[in-house]
Amino acid sequence: MAWFKKQKGAEPEAPKRSKVAEGMWLKCNHCREIVYRKEVERNNKVCPKCDYHFPISVMERITLLVDFGTFKEWDADLGPLDPLGFHDTKSYKDRVKAQQEKTGRKDAIMIGEGQMNGRRVALCVFDFGFMGGSMGSVVGEKICRAIDRALEARLPVVLVTASGGARMQEGILSLMQMAKTSAAVAKLGEAKLPFICLLADPTFGGVTASVAMLGDVIIAEPKALIGFAGPRVIEQTIKQQLPDQFQRAEFLLEHGMIDMIVERKQLKETLSTLVAHF
Amino acid sequence: MRDYLEFEKPLREIEEKIEKLATAGGGKSGSQDEIRKLRMKLAQLEHELYSSLTPWQRTQLARHPQRPSTLDYIGEIFRDFLEFHGDRSFGDDRAIVGGFARFNDRSVMVIGHQKGKTLKERMQRNFGMPNPEGYRKALRLMKMAEKFNRPIITFIDTPGAYPGIGAEERGQAEAIARNLLVMSRLTVPIISVVIGEGGSGGALALGVSDRVLMLEHGVYSVISPEGCAAILWDDPAKVPDAASALKMTAQDLLDLKIVDEVVPEPLGGAHREPRAVTERVAKVLTNQLFQLTELPIDQLLAQRDQKYRRIGAVSGLDPSSN
Repeated sequence: MAWFKKQKGAEPEAPKRSKVAEGMWLKCNHCREIVYRKEVERNNKVCPKCDYHFPISVMERITLLVDFGTFKEWDADLGPLDPLGFHDTKSYKDRVKAQQEKTGRKDAIMIGEGQMNGRRVALCVFDFGFMGGSMGSVVGEKICRAIDRALEARLPVVLVTASGGARMQEGILSLMQMAKTSAAVAKLGEAKLPFICLLADPTFGGVTASVAMLGDVIIAEPKALIGFAGPRVIEQTIKQQLPDQFQRAEFLLEHGMIDMIVERKQLKETLSTLVAHF
Repeated sequence: MRDYLEFEKPLREIEEKIEKLATAGGGKSGSQDEIRKLRMKLAQLEHELYSSLTPWQRTQLARHPQRPSTLDYIGEIFRDFLEFHGDRSFGDDRAIVGGFARFNDRSVMVIGHQKGKTLKERMQRNFGMPNPEGYRKALRLMKMAEKFNRPIITFIDTPGAYPGIGAEERGQAEAIARNLLVMSRLTVPIISVVIGEGGSGGALALGVSDRVLMLEHGVYSVISPEGCAAILWDDPAKVPDAASALKMTAQDLLDLKIVDEVVPEPLGGAHREPRAVTERVAKVLTNQLFQLTELPIDQLLAQRDQKYRRIGAVSGLDPSSN
């Protein structure tokens, strides 16, 4: 399901598109213009030429959304096991270890609570930098725990996705996280607590086909790629080139799949206004 | 003549020899002896081959074109089936069939993927790969079952949800996600049977259930071995390795506690003796359904909830931090 990260010969620790590269200049993933790096960084990592929203790190996302000093992380200790004894060109254990060293995180999501303009929310933020943000047992469990706590304290839940889909290396257990997390969202709904999804670039596969599309309100960042099947898989299946803006946030808005597209600099305002409606 | 899979070729060679001898030799005692010897060799070879199937060979059996399909099960073990069509908003997806039927004199909602057998039927049914309207039809039928308090039985047999432009435009991901959410809380018993291929989210969208049964040579996984080999190995020759690594056989899933019961198949696979298989499935379904309908509904829901909540392998669980 994590079709999105298919890249010839590339290691997952070097996702080509998720980098604001070293050096003074960088090339925009979208318009291909060469832009001044500092300018992009000052602009919340948004391309000044085309408004493309570069991927940002989990901490950058939390800083962007949550009032300074109010974030409290939950369950940072939960880490993956290797239930299948999975081995491809490398063992899953080694891949995990390398990713943990690279990111300083145990798995591909951070959960916790914080305040948005003074309102408490439970927050789940995917880390695309950790194995393409893929959802295995830990991601599923942490989303459920965040929802459990939100149920207890009656908090709205904000989920920020950036993921290639379910994690192949945990096999069927990853697939079942789709059911597990969706069931948790159902209970949140029964308790009349809002579930708000913010889809960042890219969001695909089993994450889209579970929690990401179950928000009471679904917001996407401009030009984010969002879909079920990865573009390459679709091209190979239908043997045709895909339309230009296919699976971009704007395409999803036009087809009625999301509620709104919100620019990064407006995100916190929009989210806190939204949360106040519930 | 039956279809032989690539790995069954040695069997075909012997069977062809037997046939030749039988037609050429007539009743001569020499060729009768020869035939008897070949039959014994065939039986032994079959036994060896099918008792040590690799996961990739099982995958091929699970996809066998003559394998009993959802409609075969419905025809054999249900009565008074009335097929319902359409999602009431876009169209009717023939990759999923469903409707009311009687199972042991009891009215139930039965829903399943349908791949089709002839090429023409396969094309009409998109090779069992549903579009969003298929999942939305299934959802409509499941909600109807809930409304009229009928148990739901689903048959799973799909390569996966269809990856196409229209599917994305109409919200393939949302359709699957919605089914997962709704099925987790439906107030009637749900039993799923993986009869062939359980392809990822497209299978799970009919598979959030109180009990999951699986045929011995069925497979069920997060991604196809082909997709997995392409992504992780970047090498199509590694498909058999991917099939092993994914732990996608019925026994694997029983060990991982994803499947509750495995239904044995006759030697060589379900298509060899379809009647025997459908009967076995009927028996297992009868038992499981009886157990589930005995439960008060809040207990059923609590069990389903706990079952999914517990799935996963996580380290660092500390109850005090919860």
